[in-house]
Amino acid sequence: MSKPSVNEFTLKIANVNGTGSASANGLLMKSLFRMGIPVVGKNYFPSNIQGLPTWYEIRASEKGHLARSGRVDVMVAMNAETYKHDLAEVVSGGYLIYDSTWPRHSLLKRDDITIIGVPLSKMCNETFPNARARILMKNVMYVGVLAALLDLDLDVIAQLLDETYAKKASMLEANHLAIRMGYDYAEANFATPLPFTAKSSDKTANHIIIDGNTAAGLGCVYAGATCAAWYPITPSTSLMDAFRSFCAATRKDAETGENNFCIIQAEDELAAMGMVLGAGWAGARAFTATSGPGVSLMSEFLGYGYFTEIPAVLFNVQRCGPSTGMPTRTQQSDITSCAFASHGDTRHVLLFPANPEECFYAARDAFDLADRLQTPVIVLSDLDIGMNDWMCRDLEWDDSYQPDLGKVLRADEVEKLDVFHRYLDVDGDAIAARTLPGDHPKGAYFTRGSGHNMYGAYTENADEYQQVVDRLRRKWDTAKAYVPAPVIQYSNKNRIGIISIGSCDDAVREAIDILGHEGVGINYLRVTAFPFNGEIQEFIDSHDKIYVVEQNRDAQLKSLLCLELNVHKEQLIEILHYNGLPMNAQFVVDAVNVDFVKGEAA
Amino acid sequence: MSFMTKPTVRHPQLPVNDLGLTVRDYEGGMSTLCAGCGHDSITSAIVTAAFELSIPTHRFVKLSGIGCSSKTPAYFLRDSHGFNSTHGRMPSVATGANSANRELTYIGVSGDGDTLSIGMGQFAHVIRRNLNMLYIIENNGVYGLTKGQFSAAADKGSIAKKGEVNQQPAIDPCQTAIVLGATFVARGFSGDKDQLVPLLKAGMKHRGFAMIDIISPCVTFNDHEGSTKSYEYSREHFSPAIVADFVPPAEEIKVRYDEGEAMSIELHDGSHIVLRKLDKDFDPTDRVSVLSNLQEGVVAGEITTGLLYVDESQPEMHELNNTTQTPLRDLPFDKLCPGNDTLQKIQARYR
Repeated sequence: MSKPSVNEFTLKIANVNGTGSASANGLLMKSLFRMGIPVVGKNYFPSNIQGLPTWYEIRASEKGHLARSGRVDVMVAMNAETYKHDLAEVVSGGYLIYDSTWPRHSLLKRDDITIIGVPLSKMCNETFPNARARILMKNVMYVGVLAALLDLDLDVIAQLLDETYAKKASMLEANHLAIRMGYDYAEANFATPLPFTAKSSDKTANHIIIDGNTAAGLGCVYAGATCAAWYPITPSTSLMDAFRSFCAATRKDAETGENNFCIIQAEDELAAMGMVLGAGWAGARAFTATSGPGVSLMSEFLGYGYFTEIPAVLFNVQRCGPSTGMPTRTQQSDITSCAFASHGDTRHVLLFPANPEECFYAARDAFDLADRLQTPVIVLSDLDIGMNDWMCRDLEWDDSYQPDLGKVLRADEVEKLDVFHRYLDVDGDAIAARTLPGDHPKGAYFTRGSGHNMYGAYTENADEYQQVVDRLRRKWDTAKAYVPAPVIQYSNKNRIGIISIGSCDDAVREAIDILGHEGVGINYLRVTAFPFNGEIQEFIDSHDKIYVVEQNRDAQLKSLLCLELNVHKEQLIEILHYNGLPMNAQFVVDAVNVDFVKGEAA
Repeated sequence: MSFMTKPTVRHPQLPVNDLGLTVRDYEGGMSTLCAGCGHDSITSAIVTAAFELSIPTHRFVKLSGIGCSSKTPAYFLRDSHGFNSTHGRMPSVATGANSANRELTYIGVSGDGDTLSIGMGQFAHVIRRNLNMLYIIENNGVYGLTKGQFSAAADKGSIAKKGEVNQQPAIDPCQTAIVLGATFVARGFSGDKDQLVPLLKAGMKHRGFAMIDIISPCVTFNDHEGSTKSYEYSREHFSPAIVADFVPPAEEIKVRYDEGEAMSIELHDGSHIVLRKLDKDFDPTDRVSVLSNLQEGVVAGEITTGLLYVDESQPEMHELNNTTQTPLRDLPFDKLCPGNDTLQKIQARYR
């Protein structure tokens, strides 16, 4: 049942992709944000260019709950094809707005919601002369309608339009007109505002709205990445687009106009990863961005990078698997495949950002870890983080930061050595020094994915081989001290906990809040990296029962915890969401409650 | 991939190059290939070419894939960094390394299996990028390490050691490379060092992608009667179309050539390749005529060799990318990180 509320509601816009609805939806979302109301936008789009159904969901939450809400209070049904489905999705007591230019099928009605018809197409056709404008302005016009229904600040909307179309006078005028027409129609024909209203607040100061791919691309610029290679794949492509555009803006040499970066569109993901390794080996900070199918192809080189100890950074913006899966839907189903990508005894350092803000800093951390540990580091984001619009705290950069390049001996240091051996563990931390090609003849070594000994020479000797792989395992222990610690939150001292990961974070925290109000106090640990460090073991040891909440079918995080830590399997209870939509809080609450009832019945 | 140390005995009267180094300084570890392997002759030619060009030994990068040919970078230029990558993937690693440091001389060694089967995709695209490197195919028509399977370079009708007849057409790397837009394409024979060394030198100096397909007989699995990649067959069917001489920047072109027979091509560093045509219809700057000539060679059962095609005017990868002249890996961090003030300005658009 929908309840009247101020600044707590969810809007959903059903549309057809390729009709320019993104700018109208962005306008709507930013208007709420500029009114000081916390907001999140989720885009459910098809793997298609034009003509298939697409939805955009905006949740406003004064309380700051910014996971998918799992409910729709106000639906804007612009797509006749999905009308039936969209009508059914509105919560009882909610509202549905549709384009009344064409009659609705009489069978499609509900008595428990309010249906609002606005002749959007008719008004646009009568007002705007060309076909494209008629389609685009229909979308802007529903923003005007919503402005009246939700009591949005028209000055904020006008200001946003002025900024967006500062250089396109004709578009600016048309947009203002469409907003005004929608607004006036709603004011004249309906009781406004609805019981859901937007009221100016102060909760968005020092925040931005950004998607994770943009934040990660920006982070790569700040971390000093110069070489990037990738093959286009949804949902990671916009990460490299962002890197390219930030580089174009900030990395052109002031005097020569030359690029202080090199971005290569590879022929496939195999090549992309090879290029990253080549560049990392030669001494540049290099990275790639991909999704699950790309990681499958990159696995060959990930194993090479692990065994030959070459720094590399890979962003995996996860989507629904297996195989091609659902390219435009989210999942966390590459955890185990990334942890052990490639044949042989291979393991990789992973980072798990939970939101775009963390993507920005994860970029910096990933490069530092990769250089320090001389190994590929994989940042596991997902489609929800990467492509949706999140409200985040302002990004800050510490100007005193210097990249941690790890043990790299440049020409002057090599000169002082009697002899250089690539894989000799001099310091006892299982990390050997490396040199860069072109620096000094004494530093030359031969990198090979075949068996090598601690001096870097080819070997098929049993002991020599084992010495190297044993050191790699010790290096893994060193990594535990370097990776970021988990985020732990105690709601009150008891022995029930949740362990979760990445983009589950908002839904889990909201669920803990709801359960707290129901009298169930739950502690929370969010895993931020692999290898797992000591605090995770402590958390597990200090709880009787732990729900492991993640977005895949096979409980991959739980499996990894069981594999790497001392865990009684029955101590960990799976809560798994894997239908491709971002998880919502109620899903977690329900799962916990069901388990409680089961526990009481037993 | 030698694990034997080669003694560094030097004859006191060994000639030195402009850097005061002897040919020994350009050598590598002891070869572990079969005695008589064509690849070892190529290694020796690479050593000679590098020595004669007087490039500092650590300013090369040598890369390879997997296979007998790909082992050879361990046998030359011991003072250079080497990268023995995965099967068929050397081009991508070379591309990445070159993207980070455009100043070095990149030599990739591959084989016919490594390039024309598992590595065909990367081979095609490294050509399209015109990566500044020398790409050598040590071509023996056979998989040696796995004991004698046909490669994609094996000619139709060629007979394997155990008697099997190859039914599939061969992929000619030279024709393929020219069609894909390669800017320097040559073919040589491991048994003809006089022809090979100038080609290697020109390939190292060429700005852009230089490919040399070198027929290099496999003495163990493909040197028998009926094979079209044997020493005997190769010698009998070689048809040099053109002879290339490499002339360094400071030297004058001294040899006199008959008019119409020779042409000189200037490389970007001021050195020259002087080409003496043995076939008067052959013009290595005309893609169409070269392709037609190579096709005629195939029909006649001849192996056309020499510097087959060259175009010094095409921009290489960094020129296409407008990359800074400084190797990217040497840029100071303050040139890379825009700083917090800029970050705050960037964020204005996200409010």
